Amino acid sequence: MTQTMTDQAETPPFDDNDGTLLAIVGHMIPASARHGVPGADDPAIYADILRSVGRDRQALAEALAAVETRAGAGFAALSRAEQAAVLQEFRADEPALASVIEAVTARCYYRDDRVMASIGIEVRPPFPEGYAVEEGDLSLLDPVRARGPIWRAP
Amino acid sequence: MNEKVDVLIIGAGASGAAMAWSLADTRMRILCLDQGDWQNTSDFPSNGRDWEARLTEDFALSPNRRRLSADYPVNDDDSPIKISNFNGVGGGTILYAGHYPRLHPSDFRVRSLDGVADDWPIDYETLEPFFALNDRMMGVASLAGDPAYPEKDQVMGPIPLGRTGQVLGKALNDLGWHWWPSDAAIATREYEGRAPCINLGQCGSGCAQGAKGTTDLTYWPEAQRARVEIRPRCRVSRIETGPDGMATGAHYFDADGKEHFQPAEIVILACNGIGTPRLLLNSASGRFPNGLANSSGLVGRNLMLHPYAQIRGHFDQPMDGHRGSPICIWSHEFYETEAARGFVRGYCYQFSRGMGPVRTATTGMADGLLPWGEDHHDAFRRLFGHSAGMLAICEDLPEEHNRVTLDPDLKDANGIPAPKISYRLSENSRLMLDHSVERGVKILKAAGARDITTRAPLPYAGWHLMGTARMGTDPERSVVNEWGRSHDVKNLFIVDGSVFVTSGGVNPTSTIQAVALYVADQIKTRLYELFD
Repeated sequence: MTQTMTDQAETPPFDDNDGTLLAIVGHMIPASARHGVPGADDPAIYADILRSVGRDRQALAEALAAVETRAGAGFAALSRAEQAAVLQEFRADEPALASVIEAVTARCYYRDDRVMASIGIEVRPPFPEGYAVEEGDLSLLDPVRARGPIWRAP
Repeated sequence: MNEKVDVLIIGAGASGAAMAWSLADTRMRILCLDQGDWQNTSDFPSNGRDWEARLTEDFALSPNRRRLSADYPVNDDDSPIKISNFNGVGGGTILYAGHYPRLHPSDFRVRSLDGVADDWPIDYETLEPFFALNDRMMGVASLAGDPAYPEKDQVMGPIPLGRTGQVLGKALNDLGWHWWPSDAAIATREYEGRAPCINLGQCGSGCAQGAKGTTDLTYWPEAQRARVEIRPRCRVSRIETGPDGMATGAHYFDADGKEHFQPAEIVILACNGIGTPRLLLNSASGRFPNGLANSSGLVGRNLMLHPYAQIRGHFDQPMDGHRGSPICIWSHEFYETEAARGFVRGYCYQFSRGMGPVRTATTGMADGLLPWGEDHHDAFRRLFGHSAGMLAICEDLPEEHNRVTLDPDLKDANGIPAPKISYRLSENSRLMLDHSVERGVKILKAAGARDITTRAPLPYAGWHLMGTARMGTDPERSVVNEWGRSHDVKNLFIVDGSVFVTSGGVNPTSTIQAVALYVADQIKTRLYELFD
């Protein structure tokens, strides 16, 4: 079996025509008026999720199929309470598949401008501004110095 | 056919770069082939808002996840520790954290001191000048006077302790245990054309600032100025030998998949502890039916991976978050053998700052600290910016059944057999991991942490690839001699982590490069009797 390794071209958005992923991410991270943040089912965030599935495309499809199987007849058509019950079981029984949905959701949710501002992080990439970090107090090492060498001579 | 070169180096990573730079002053014609390409700092994740997402995409640690054209697949199904690497000019230094400890003097005398594994044929004292030279070339930040090591020079001041280093350092003081600011291949001031660190926090996915010591920025520009040629996107498939049993050069595929032969007087392998045995085994021929340089049968055996434990906690006060070099301090308190612990040898801790929001969310949900639903937001705010922890790096003793072979079915894009990893944790490693978790939790509790989580072994932590072409004086018990030359093929040298006799309990890059510089020095010293 020869494995093709290629530099990934941009892929089309993930197909969530039946709305299963949309419903799940809304359960995972709902909007919060108290924190002033949208849910992961916010149109802009959801669109970003669909665009950014990347290498998780197949695993995500498997995860959604597993949810659909548990739901029986269309997850999106269930009541919100019924959906929550299905997802609770799904998370408990299939954590690896649940983690795929968590990853594709968190990657986009926590880079949304509104969310970043709410959690107290500057709305920008790390470079080129960088960040400040306390140099720290090197006199804390005095007890370590006082103990003397600990390396073992061969 | 390509023109013959004096020296052909295969692999442009940590060791290949150091070797090329050192040999350049011989004025020999030197060529380096690498299957990957040059990196562009403007392409690194921290340039963009999607910086965390890209850590699991084109900058993922696993080649099986990245699957870029520079990568080859690795069958690591039969190992609890999965392989991490990077293919390109700079090699693993592109993705490493720049955490830069040396092996200890005792690491070279494990058999003599503790009755296990084997002693190295060289010692710390022999390597010391090359450690020092390498520290200057890579630009290592440190604080002189660490009691865990013999005295060593400080090239520049240490990376910041930050809140993490101070909180955990105080806890270690309360316990009476060793700690010290980590040596780091990270420029803390302007250094040899490199800009100082601005605490991007993304050392593990290429440094956009160019502050991290990656060999594409340190050794390679100097080597190129000295007329060493580097030919990227060329994947070597096998080394050829002549009727006299000497290496004659290497076959490789260029970026278009066209095969070439590169003749050379000397061939030097620098492909890491998996790539090197893969290439040697794939170079089997009528003269060398079990693979090249493999009369001992040890090529690919004794694979050492450093089992890791991860212990993390959360604090009521704000910590450093995702800002700053991920690793800030280390502890070598449990590095040496103590019989009462029930295992031999030991481990060190590297203490790490926090995580970005995406990793906080994904690990928080995986660890059960972060619920789905309305409570998600409050829980997230208790975790984000409030975490710190550590990794324990356990010494992995060599065992012949831990090995690299060629997969009979899986091949890379050029049809070259993929490496297959067979590895299991020893009982000694399990006991050491348990000990490190128990002591790590104790440190975090002493520091006032809550919501402590542990993982051991850490699955995606096969960063350190060692032992698969070990160094020694006995041709029946080793693959290369005490100065890196193959016992079987006298113009073939190996300089990467494959030659490690034991693994130590620290990150290996500093020692890999010191060994490469030492072997280069030996080649230069013995140039007129090199093949005797």
